[in-house]
Amino acid sequence: MRTSSVVVILLTFVAALAIAIVPLPDWAAKLRPEAVTMVLIYWCLALPERIGVGFGWLAGLVVDVAKGALLGQYALALATVAWLGLKLHQRIRVFPPWQQALSVLILVGLSQIIILWVKGIIGQSPQSWTYWLPTLSSALLWPWFFQLMRGVRYFYKVN
Amino acid sequence: MRLVVLVILSITLMTIDHRSQQLQPVRAAISLFVLPVQHLVNIPVNAGYWVGESLQSRSQLEDENGQLKMQNTLLKTQLQKLNSIEAENQRLRELLHSSKRVGEKIQIGEVIAVDLDPFSRQLVINKGLDFNVYEGQPILDADGVMGQIVHVAALNSIAMLITDPNHAIPVQVNRNGVRAIAVGTGNQQQLDLPNMPNNTDIQVGDLLITSGLGGRFPPGYPVARITRIDTDPAQPYAQITAEPTAKLDRNREVLMVWPESRLNKPDLSEPVEPAGEGAATPTPPAPETTP
Repeated sequence: MRTSSVVVILLTFVAALAIAIVPLPDWAAKLRPEAVTMVLIYWCLALPERIGVGFGWLAGLVVDVAKGALLGQYALALATVAWLGLKLHQRIRVFPPWQQALSVLILVGLSQIIILWVKGIIGQSPQSWTYWLPTLSSALLWPWFFQLMRGVRYFYKVN
Repeated sequence: MRLVVLVILSITLMTIDHRSQQLQPVRAAISLFVLPVQHLVNIPVNAGYWVGESLQSRSQLEDENGQLKMQNTLLKTQLQKLNSIEAENQRLRELLHSSKRVGEKIQIGEVIAVDLDPFSRQLVINKGLDFNVYEGQPILDADGVMGQIVHVAALNSIAMLITDPNHAIPVQVNRNGVRAIAVGTGNQQQLDLPNMPNNTDIQVGDLLITSGLGGRFPPGYPVARITRIDTDPAQPYAQITAEPTAKLDRNREVLMVWPESRLNKPDLSEPVEPAGEGAATPTPPAPETTP
């Protein structure tokens, strides 16, 4: 893998992290898409031989620190998502956009379930159904997000 | 196969992080990567504030200046009174042979990020180990207690607000000294006072101040004002809610307090052990909230 590819991939993760922590008004914060999870899913579909479980785990650890969450909960969730993404990448890649969005709904939902489960164990479970809004917004934004990421990948010839 | 290893590793990490503070260096190291991103996303916010400040009209500024001058005079007069009262208080305490109230050092920290997670209430503050910030350090604003520091990194730290569902703060009613524990609800405007009997002498509008029990928060700072009391004779305890006096969601600057006892310690970066199983530890002592 060329160095420039590595840099581009890392930069997309940094951008996603910025989306994850940028201050937003209260109503928008509830709808904030799980950008890091989406970027991870994209690279798992696009470059399954490069980006995988270990990378997802490390990205999750950084998200944990950025969000001030329990160290390891996002790491666990993102590693699992990356693993499933790798398992299913050949199927998801040929899906039409709306079906891809459905798969993303399931993958992001799974990561949210894992985080909910961890939070429940340590007694911080969220009290409201708005916890699930990011899952929905991630799936709804996926078709455009996918086009954008594909544009980035072709433009910088990441492979 | 790799997944299994990483899952086990994650669970180990989470367990250690939940039970002890030993992962603090790891967190501090990773936060060095996160810090530039936090500052980056803060640029537009700061720019917005700057534009807002630069575009204020001259008459507005003059009005504000006049108001501030008036307020300053008022406060100065009150301060004169306070000085004599403080001296008198000290004298009376000496007469009673009780310990003197300790002094505190205060420094201003800037909030660099807020809503990290909509379901817990935390802030990132731009001072860390470089300013001898320590875990459990109280943070305040001009109107009351905001919360306490829960994680410290090299250049920044994370504070938990008193409205976080995992936060509890020992308080007392300013009017009569009734002690209670105010537990966060996750709602920015609301604290609960659990386990208060129906006949407790608390009224709507009562000011709650820190009691200083538990050893984390210095005594005497305002925390919240009682907004609602529901007494149901069928229930053993009253439902009491209070609204924080601090402007938890509007502050850009916070005051960080070092109690005298911390200042005299030779090594300030050592984390303090909470004094006994104090009520001010982040896990609430109330039975219905403990897992």
